[in-house]
Amino acid sequence: MKTIEPSSSITTPETFPPPSIAVWQHSHVLDLDDFTQEEIELVFETADAMAEVLTREVKRVPTLRGKTVVTLFYEPSTRTRASFELAAKNLSADTVSLDASKSSIVKGESLIDSLRTIQALGADIIVMRHSQSGAPYLAIQYVNCSLINAGDGWHAHPSQALLDLYTIRRHLGTLANLKVTIIGDIMHSRVARSNIWGMTTMGAKIVLCAPPTLLPRGLDNFIANCQLPDVSIETEIEPALEDADAVMPLRLQIERQQSGLLPSLREYIQLYQLTMERLSLAKPHVLVMHPGPINEGIEISPEVAHGTQSVIEEQVTNGVAIRMALLYLIAGGKNK
Amino acid sequence: MPPNLLISGGHILDPSQGIDRVADLLITKGKITWLGDKGTAPSQSDLTTIDATGLVVCPGFVDLHCHLREPGFEDKETIATGTKAAAKGGFTTVCCMPNTNPPLDTQTSTDYVKKTAEIEGTVQVLPIGCITKGRQGKELTEMSELAKVGVIGFSDDGDTVASSRIMSLAMDYSHALGLPIIDHCEDKELSDGGFMNDGWVSARLGLKGIPKAAEEIVVARDLALAQLTGVRLHVAHVSTEGSVELIRRAKEKGIAVTAEVTPHHLTLTEERIMDSQPKKHNQLAYDTNAKVNPPLRTKEDIAALIKGLKDGTIDAIATDHAPHTSVDKMCEFGLAAFGISGLETALACLMGLVHSRQLDLKTLISKLTFEPARVISTRYGELGTLKPGCRADVTLFDPNKEWVVDSHDFASKGKNTPFDGCHFKGRVIVTLVAGKIVYRADS
Amino acid sequence: MPERTLMSPEDMQRALVRIAHEIVERNKGAKDIVLVGMQTRGVPLAKRLATTIQGLEEITVPVGSLDISLYRDDISSLHLKPVIHRTDIPTDVTNKQVILVDDVFYTGRSIRAAMDALMDLGRPQSIQLAVLVDRGHRELPIRADYAGKNIPTSRNEEIKVYVKEVDGEDKVTILSPNKGATDEND
Repeated sequence: MKTIEPSSSITTPETFPPPSIAVWQHSHVLDLDDFTQEEIELVFETADAMAEVLTREVKRVPTLRGKTVVTLFYEPSTRTRASFELAAKNLSADTVSLDASKSSIVKGESLIDSLRTIQALGADIIVMRHSQSGAPYLAIQYVNCSLINAGDGWHAHPSQALLDLYTIRRHLGTLANLKVTIIGDIMHSRVARSNIWGMTTMGAKIVLCAPPTLLPRGLDNFIANCQLPDVSIETEIEPALEDADAVMPLRLQIERQQSGLLPSLREYIQLYQLTMERLSLAKPHVLVMHPGPINEGIEISPEVAHGTQSVIEEQVTNGVAIRMALLYLIAGGKNK
Repeated sequence: MPPNLLISGGHILDPSQGIDRVADLLITKGKITWLGDKGTAPSQSDLTTIDATGLVVCPGFVDLHCHLREPGFEDKETIATGTKAAAKGGFTTVCCMPNTNPPLDTQTSTDYVKKTAEIEGTVQVLPIGCITKGRQGKELTEMSELAKVGVIGFSDDGDTVASSRIMSLAMDYSHALGLPIIDHCEDKELSDGGFMNDGWVSARLGLKGIPKAAEEIVVARDLALAQLTGVRLHVAHVSTEGSVELIRRAKEKGIAVTAEVTPHHLTLTEERIMDSQPKKHNQLAYDTNAKVNPPLRTKEDIAALIKGLKDGTIDAIATDHAPHTSVDKMCEFGLAAFGISGLETALACLMGLVHSRQLDLKTLISKLTFEPARVISTRYGELGTLKPGCRADVTLFDPNKEWVVDSHDFASKGKNTPFDGCHFKGRVIVTLVAGKIVYRADS
Repeated sequence: MPERTLMSPEDMQRALVRIAHEIVERNKGAKDIVLVGMQTRGVPLAKRLATTIQGLEEITVPVGSLDISLYRDDISSLHLKPVIHRTDIPTDVTNKQVILVDDVFYTGRSIRAAMDALMDLGRPQSIQLAVLVDRGHRELPIRADYAGKNIPTSRNEEIKVYVKEVDGEDKVTILSPNKGATDEND
């Protein structure tokens, strides 16, 4: 497994701060819109400790021994689900994975009834992915255990945004004043939305770049009404990439062209594909990221995907550390 | 025969006659007999007096648009429960939409509703017939037969007649019968798959939006067709500034159009979906009780709708009462049914506009009584008025009574309301239909 | 709430020097020793021991830090979580004599957790325990091999160790509340 080499710009403190109690107010992790900068930093520090565990030969600590983590996925997912399950197992929790399309516990049953069953089975933490935006907000009204949102519709994917922020921090130190460009189907992207909250809270500037049909019409007002001055919108890729510190192309689903939102994949590739040439507009240290899975040759060229600037695989490793951190911080906090 | 009634000492507000003063009202044999100064009523044998001091006494409200769900969806509502809810809300006449199962596109089903309402209904129920068979938008219903049964107009509500050709034929046909076409204006291609207004809240919540243009396009089309055919067009549940403007200009041009607006579109914005109310916590609510079609819009639209009420562009307030079971609503936002159960909160919610001085009481009552009545054919007599000789449909309400909405207390089977837990000021106290008390609030 | 000083900076220094001598004596030199300080104040104490041993044996003893937050037996019932500090042991512990260093030895649960952590990191040949203060009230059958000072306490008293590298001064104090106070967690 590739070990993570933190950049030397991260300082090892010579002084040892006294043990402190974490300022963590969440019984659930639904989105990053209600996370303070301190809470995000806490996730990072906890993830650092978890990353250390992942470098050991025995990647296991007994922290969540006796706890049951249930992953409930209504949408197919390999990497996110595996990431959460590994994170739970590394903390010695018991894991149960429910695939809603196959499991008779959930097939044909209302979401609320399924959650009640899962809670009655003894789940301490539910990790849920759902195709409907807002599903986790409904869920928490009906369960007492903790819930981590592994992605709801177009709305949020907090653990992904946290691992994106963490990856940037590991390479570039601080997020403050960095320019982060997200390119692609912003309208349907929960990764983009959660990153908007996370990046702006940490002081980064975000540029959202997409063809006009893939930008929500209300995006300007959303940015204005939520007072997010560090978010800007571009429909052309060149200005979006100029001097960027990190670039994140999003997966383009083929169905978008089929549903008429784009004239052709060819045009999308011509205008928005992240190529080596376009990448050279960014800062020399630019990080190339991707939430996965990659459509090589569509939103990103193979050279860039596998090039020296790419930290895509590292994001996956960081994802396990971040999810271990979230499970650790969530466990034990009883729902009020 | 209901007893003779003297409603005494109330503030009589009847915009149809321009009456707005404290007076007594006499009802005999189920009809309004006399109105005059307190204590000067002609003597009557066997008289019951209702003390209306401190209450507003007005014609029973006329709802041009509600869904009683029977036949076919009796788990959501029946004619019995829906009309009880109407009575609690001060409505004495309701016009029920034909999107039942089977739909009201034949004489048989429409007659069923009429007869059931006569037996089980607490208030007067007037049916609306479908424009097209099965509401499919392809073939006209037998409008003449439906007119004989007694429909007050035609609508495919829930759906729009997409084909302009079919719509213009429907208008021609209906015009000849002297009945209005009531259109639910929605361009389904544009709105398809949308769950709420297309704007900043939908962008924030990651929900597909329904653009305002989806309504305005069809409003414009219908107005053009109404001009062409001469039919009386009634625009259902207007929700946008743009629609109001189109209707205003159409009226200026002399096109025979009327329009209605719902209480929720006058008081709630799209933000209600995001924030529970009263605000319980900082988390997003994704409140399905605020999911309705047309969707809740913006405060600019509310301002335009209120202006439209005041300058006569919008003629009526109609509830679009749309009850649903809890199964239909207690689920993910995208999967939840559209609709608000609104009969029992209509007055209280609208009184908020009166108390905040955005609307005066006289205009409000006018839009709930004789103006909607004008849209209905006179076959059912003069509704929405306290003129002597008219049926005694009367509503008494306390404009200042404070109360908290609890959907568990609803007479309607539909507990789906975004106003649950809201503190309102204004409550119906007594409702009379044909001189008989059909609702009385417990003191 | 009177706070009384039990050990002055000089007392602390003498105790640490004595412990360093004892470690060298018992282990017959400093070969194969790894000092592991328990976060947080055990770490600077371990470093001081290493410095003293360096002076005695002219051997550089590796010093590591260990955070036991992930090994606690009460973690999931805590609503507020301790922040996890660094676990950084610069050498393989297998076949080494690992000497855990902590400031206060109380119920023994921290040391139990530390031993579990060390077992996950390798297979030490032995684990020894050096503490600056032993305040009694063991809840597990664990003993210290090296103790700076034995201070009998009652459960409602609190021992506070101040370490120059963390707190700006060196001293050990005891807090004896008159009314009932919370027991110090280990």
